[in-house]
Amino acid sequence: MAAIELRDVVKTFGPITAVDGLDLEVPEGICLGLLGPNGAGKSTTMRLLTGQAIADSGVLRVLDYELPAEAKTARWQMGVVPQLDNLDVDVTVEDNLAIFARLYRVPDVGAAVDKALGIARLHERRHDAVDELSGGMRRRLLLARGLVHEPRLVLLDEPTVGLDPQIRTELWTLIGELKARGTTILMSTHYIEEAERLADEVAVMHQGRIISRGRPAELIGEHAGRFTAEVYGPPDRLAETRAEAESRGLSVRPAGPAIAIVGSERADGLVPDDAVVRAASLEDVFVLLTGEEAD
Amino acid sequence: MSAVATPAPRRLRRLERAAIAGVMSREVANFRTYWKGTTFSSVMEPLVYLLAFGLGLSATLVDEVNGVPYIQFVGTGMVATAVIFSSALPSMFGTFVKHRFQNTYDAILAAPVDVEELVSAEMLWIAARSGTYGCVPLLVTIAFGLDPAWGMLLTPLFCFVTALGFSGFGVAMAATVAKIDQFNYVTALFVTPLFLVAGTFFPIDGLPQGFQVLAQVNPLHQLVELVRGGAFGYEWADLLRFAFLVAFAAITWRVAIHQMRKRLID
Ligand SMILES: Nc1ncnc2c1ncn2[C@@H]1O[C@H](COP(=O)(O)OP(=O)(O)O)[C@@H](O)[C@H]1O
Ligand SMILES: [Mg+2]
Repeated sequence: MAAIELRDVVKTFGPITAVDGLDLEVPEGICLGLLGPNGAGKSTTMRLLTGQAIADSGVLRVLDYELPAEAKTARWQMGVVPQLDNLDVDVTVEDNLAIFARLYRVPDVGAAVDKALGIARLHERRHDAVDELSGGMRRRLLLARGLVHEPRLVLLDEPTVGLDPQIRTELWTLIGELKARGTTILMSTHYIEEAERLADEVAVMHQGRIISRGRPAELIGEHAGRFTAEVYGPPDRLAETRAEAESRGLSVRPAGPAIAIVGSERADGLVPDDAVVRAASLEDVFVLLTGEEAD
Repeated sequence: MSAVATPAPRRLRRLERAAIAGVMSREVANFRTYWKGTTFSSVMEPLVYLLAFGLGLSATLVDEVNGVPYIQFVGTGMVATAVIFSSALPSMFGTFVKHRFQNTYDAILAAPVDVEELVSAEMLWIAARSGTYGCVPLLVTIAFGLDPAWGMLLTPLFCFVTALGFSGFGVAMAATVAKIDQFNYVTALFVTPLFLVAGTFFPIDGLPQGFQVLAQVNPLHQLVELVRGGAFGYEWADLLRFAFLVAFAAITWRVAIHQMRKRLID
């Protein structure tokens, strides 16, 4: 049984098609990174999975429950960590956790709260109101709140968007621990590095559908090749190099002040000596497939 | 086996008690952080009104209404004022803020709770609170000389049911308006007129025919009559009044759920 199974799912908002014939299968026990630029339809997909949005058409199954009819029962075994912090700020850390333990019908609320405090490393702050916490602590609490009932499946919607690098690293550690416990994770992100570090498999989402999927190394091999050469120089020389590379069937993309020739191992003679040649990356794949600059 | 057992794979039903209690426990946790101010104002307001209207008017203009000392007439009527101001307004503003500024409902609906349970819990909580605060003016009036009566024991129930209706009204409005300042229209068009033609400060039968008809469909007026029934003696028509309040609560409950579903589920 797959934890998540979506077939030909469509979701429109008036004239906007947010999800456009989406097929997605997430086997149990893996962390799937849903990597896509802003507006790709990642959050809409997450909301479809929790029954907070209703698809126009398509088949949706989560943990073997049919959506939207059985969405409430499916949510019982799912943990959701939202993109926006929606903690109760005036209430204590432990009450925030206890409320959700009750909503999830956890039999022993006290034990569940203790365990979640451990995950968030917030035992010492359990009696403090949330608005006294630092940004990093709030994020850890938000994550732990979604895990208070030990869900089989966790949805993380851009878990580190807009955070300081230090807080981001902290959260990556927690997500890594969650993965190690064998929980199935669907994590949306538009940070390449986040997907590279945490995802067993990456599905690249663009304009409401999955345009490519595989392990990061497979995707790189398939779409980018082995090496990428970053060529620096005056604009007219770069334009010339670019035209020449493209005429040989190579993919070229802008990379800041430089251009990046992807699959440069096939560009013999074209890459100047002062170019920086590096291993092809998931970022190369992302930019080639979506046409968007990566963050 | 950990203490946090995986739930058995049963199907969740509609209007589950655990979901409603969970949402209410969130309200209780928040209430613990602000109950002092709310309670202070709900006690001070009827006191101030009673002193100003009851003592002020009865000393100069009115002595009694239908044989009831004016201060007792106003004091019993103030129960309805306390109920509408502790139910319609908190539910309008509270729902709006939780939904659009704090994203609280997004968090709750990601848990195994649906819109019907969420709205029901919010209404029950406001009604429980308002049912309690509604009794304060009655207690204050007793302190000012109103004789206690057994019939008064039903006052919390009357307040609770009326408050259910007005909290449903508030939730429905919060789900309907586009911006928070549109509550000005709701207050001016509904809340203030309902509060003024409830028979709190002056008897309805002195008003023109049109207003009297309006008063009959005003739940607050029915509440005022029921509270006075408790203090001065019930009549058979009070059964109809109570049925009217139950119907009012039932209708706003369903409308509130319908409007919130439109807002919360894309
Ligand atoms: N409730 C909504 N109403 C109208 N448009 C929406 C709504 N939610 C999302 N959209 C639109 O759907 C598209 C996909 O959005 P979203 O799923 O949030 O993308 P992502 O999370 O990948 O950034 C965007 O064009 C967005 O503006
Ligand atoms: Mg998003």
